[in-house]
Amino acid sequence: MTELERNERYNQYVEAKIAKTHAWPSLFNAFWIGGLICVIGQLFNDMLIAVFPTLQTESAWSYTLIFIIFIASFLTGLGVFDKIAVHAGAGTIIPITGFSNSIVSPAMEFRNEGIVFGMCAKMFVIAGPVIVFGTVASTIVGLIYLFI
Amino acid sequence: MLPWYEYFIVFGIGGLICMIGQILVITTKITTARILVLFEMIGVALAAIGIYEPISNFAKAGINVPIVGFGASLAKGAIEAVQTDGLLGAFSGGLAAVAGGIAAAIVFGSLIGSIFKARTKKY
Repeated sequence: MTELERNERYNQYVEAKIAKTHAWPSLFNAFWIGGLICVIGQLFNDMLIAVFPTLQTESAWSYTLIFIIFIASFLTGLGVFDKIAVHAGAGTIIPITGFSNSIVSPAMEFRNEGIVFGMCAKMFVIAGPVIVFGTVASTIVGLIYLFI
Repeated sequence: MLPWYEYFIVFGIGGLICMIGQILVITTKITTARILVLFEMIGVALAAIGIYEPISNFAKAGINVPIVGFGASLAKGAIEAVQTDGLLGAFSGGLAAVAGGIAAAIVFGSLIGSIFKARTKKY
């Protein structure tokens, strides 16, 4: 058996073993779970403004995001988040819940490799690129607006 | 509180954005980090060319809760800070606008990472 054939057979084996996502149900689940998370955010935001009418719009949205981040972190800790995420796919990744989960999940996972190089370093495995890209892009946008 | 039909708009647009993400996941096997960065950059671009604000007034949480809103906050923060602080604003404005969210994620991540143990994933 040549190297090429072996690779080919291995690829087929992997293909057969990985969990298959059925296209249509997963699209439907991503839609309603993602939509529901947004509605929860909107409800929280509305209640916040109803209770504190003097709150500025920007601050209210920050509180809303912090609330959703907290809920997602807590559910990740309890192991409930992963169960939802299996069905929802991008429905839980794209809302800010995905950002939160991407920080909390490795923090729990690598906790037993130590605090500094385990938990704290690995926390940014996925969130790191998000923060780096965001910071660089927003600085570029800022510089463009400065010079035009 | 908003009139009831507003929540359908929030639901529909939020769901639609997630569905577009799911189509990408199915067709290209894109990783979580890349999908987050991609949608964040879309948000930065929308805010940079100034069409995020009207979309956000219409879709509200439907676009603010997805990571698109996170990217848009970064860009909007930088644009606003440039007007008051000049060059320094370009560097500090973006992160300052999303600092609450990032700090919350880090604090809750550290707390929950210290309290809860990772369990073996069962699918």
